Amino acid sequence: MSTQSTAAPADDTLLAVEGLSVDFETPRGTIHALRDIDLTVPKGKVLGIVGESGCGKSTLAYSLIGLLAENARVASGAIRMGDHDLARLAPSAWRDLRGTRIAMIFQDPMTALNPVTTIGQQMLDIQYRDRIGRNAKRARAIEFLEQVQIPDAASKLAAYPHQLSGGMRQRVCIAMALLTQPDLLIADEPTTALDATLEMQIVALLRDLQRKFGCSVVFVSHHLGTVAELCDDVAVMYAGEVVERGTARALFHDPQHPYTQALLDCDPARIKVATRTLPTIPGTLPDLRQPPAGCAFRARCPRSWGRCERDHPPLYPGAAGQRVRCHLSDPAEDAA
Amino acid sequence: MSLLEVTDLRIRYARQGRVRAALRREPHDFEAVSGVSFRIDAGQTLGLVGESGSGKSTIARTLIGLKKPASGSIRFDGQEISAASRRDWARLRRQMSMMWQDPVGSLSPRLTVGSLVTEPLRIHGMTGDRAEAERLLGLVGLPAEYISRYPHQLSGGQARRVGVARALALDPKLLIADEPTAGLDMSVQGEVLNLLNEVQKRTGVAVLVITHNLNLVRHVTDRMAIMYLGRFVEEGPTDRIFDHSHHPYTAALLSANPEPDPDARGARVTLSGEVPSPVNRPSGCDFHPRCPWSRPECGKTVPDWVPEGDRGHRCMFPL
Ligand SMILES: Nc1ncnc2c1ncn2[C@@H]1O[C@H](COP(=O)(O)OP(=O)(O)OP(=O)(O)O)[C@@H](O)[C@H]1O
Ligand SMILES: Nc1ncnc2c1ncn2[C@@H]1O[C@H](COP(=O)(O)OP(=O)(O)OP(=O)(O)O)[C@@H](O)[C@H]1O
Ligand code: SF4
Ligand SMILES: [Mg+2]
Ligand SMILES: [Mg+2]
Repeated sequence: MSTQSTAAPADDTLLAVEGLSVDFETPRGTIHALRDIDLTVPKGKVLGIVGESGCGKSTLAYSLIGLLAENARVASGAIRMGDHDLARLAPSAWRDLRGTRIAMIFQDPMTALNPVTTIGQQMLDIQYRDRIGRNAKRARAIEFLEQVQIPDAASKLAAYPHQLSGGMRQRVCIAMALLTQPDLLIADEPTTALDATLEMQIVALLRDLQRKFGCSVVFVSHHLGTVAELCDDVAVMYAGEVVERGTARALFHDPQHPYTQALLDCDPARIKVATRTLPTIPGTLPDLRQPPAGCAFRARCPRSWGRCERDHPPLYPGAAGQRVRCHLSDPAEDAA
Repeated sequence: MSLLEVTDLRIRYARQGRVRAALRREPHDFEAVSGVSFRIDAGQTLGLVGESGSGKSTIARTLIGLKKPASGSIRFDGQEISAASRRDWARLRRQMSMMWQDPVGSLSPRLTVGSLVTEPLRIHGMTGDRAEAERLLGLVGLPAEYISRYPHQLSGGQARRVGVARALALDPKLLIADEPTAGLDMSVQGEVLNLLNEVQKRTGVAVLVITHNLNLVRHVTDRMAIMYLGRFVEEGPTDRIFDHSHHPYTAALLSANPEPDPDARGARVTLSGEVPSPVNRPSGCDFHPRCPWSRPECGKTVPDWVPEGDRGHRCMFPL
């Protein structure tokens, strides 16, 4: 247990990630998957996390709920929620928090579902703390399945996960997370398996839930349209770092970091004329075993110059109130 | 002659809660796909979109022989395959490959990335050595050092690329991709699609892509089919359907595609009402309980397929 609250989070902050670094040990070396992450999740707000595949979004999400892989290690930093430091919480303390104050919807629904148990049994099990009868729990399970628009909800209780379509499995997971009415809901790409009308319904449902129960949501997604629609704040990650964060409006209207700009330019939704060749960001992620000394994006950045190779950029204040990890946003560069 | 010709395909599943259904004398199975017809030419891409649970993955499973159809015809390369024997399938599986919807779940957890990408080759008696594994990984933009990793050590997007490499290993004639880019960031999504497009240009592979990503459908498919409750409600050239959809469900679907801008609130067709189930079909038009334009007639008559030149739809009062 850690209760050293040197910098107690402000009142409207539910959760503050401070200088968090996470490593994975592998036979071929240590992967520095998260490096010096600083983020806050305000109470009752939705924080979106976007960024390249493999940049560490799921690793960050897992560390918020204490489910990091066995070969993972928190190298430094803290995750403050109330008096707790989630980065150093004992397993017994996690059992009390998880499923009551913090819940998660996973990228792959089969992570959360037990393939050999019926949906109904799993939805009863997750309510084990509630002191209501079995029939009442069953009724609540049906009610929440209906909330996520599962047809024939009552009869689906007898189904095993493989008897549902991909999108239905994900909706069952969402219903299970909502059943626990958490303070913090972490959703790792919850809507990628859903059709557009349902995606919009689930997003509306998440927003309703968040308004009704005042819970905060961390929403990881590659779908920029959905992020723009749902999120109050957005953090953009690249190669294990937050490279830009700010309000959704600032990020979508006035992106400052060259990676954010490139990411937005790749969104096929912005390309009005149908094309067979979609834009991409040339190059690949740097080797996370030896993160580059200067800017992590340098090798792929169209605007890099000498300084980017030498100095690691800190988070500078950006034009629209955001924070930007790029030397182009260094006020001293303007002066020079 | 098209490479793939599907006619009036019907597929049934056993019901959940079968015992209870039997006690109530309800039928013990239901139709998940109810009479679907389409064709794909070599070198062409058909996009299959639609409601979650409408039967898209079921069609894919049937096309590659993992699920027997209840009735209907599937002709592949001139040959009827809906009742193909296991021996036929051993040959057919080299010509059709499949990318699955669950990125991590569909990769065997005990195999390394290197053996995973070359497994299709070994199954068909070819050598899948390290050089071949490196070539395949290179094709999908993964560095050679990933050869010794296990699926749980990959990010979702990296697992997806391994799936693409596996599907391309055998140089298939037909590639069926179930949500090939779900979980990929925009840049990698573009890379995967450009890659599929390149392979298609080079080899003339026909592609059936199942996806919820309308932006993807708009940019990379020649034709698209929209499914609702086990049936096609509209099918035709992609650009013309995006220009003007005839079926109300298509219109609702296309208008639900959010813009990447927090201030944009496009005119949206919102659906209400309960999502129907194939076990319990509504009377008349499948879509009428949720259709913003439905009229009394829609609850009574099941609409027929209405062909209109090179496209068609299933609505009595098309938009
Ligand atoms: N258990 C593990 N052991 C070793 N490396 C891992 C492990 N889990 C993840 N990684 C690596 O850490 C990096 C971050 O992975 P993470 O899953 O957080 O990415 P992500 O941003 O969620 O990507 P995606 O958008 O593709 O889901 C990747 O390079 C990945 O290969
Ligand atoms: N093995 C099975 N046994 C019984 N029913 C099944 C089985 N697999 C799928 N179903 C049912 O068949 C219907 C169609 O499922 P399918 O997986 O084809 O949908 P889908 O269109 O791919 O949906 P999604 O977009 O969510 O992946 C659903 O009602 C589903 O519950
Ligand atoms: S610091 Fe330099 S290399 Fe990095 S994003 Fe900015 S301009 Fe590009
Ligand atoms: Mg992830
Ligand atoms: Mg499916």
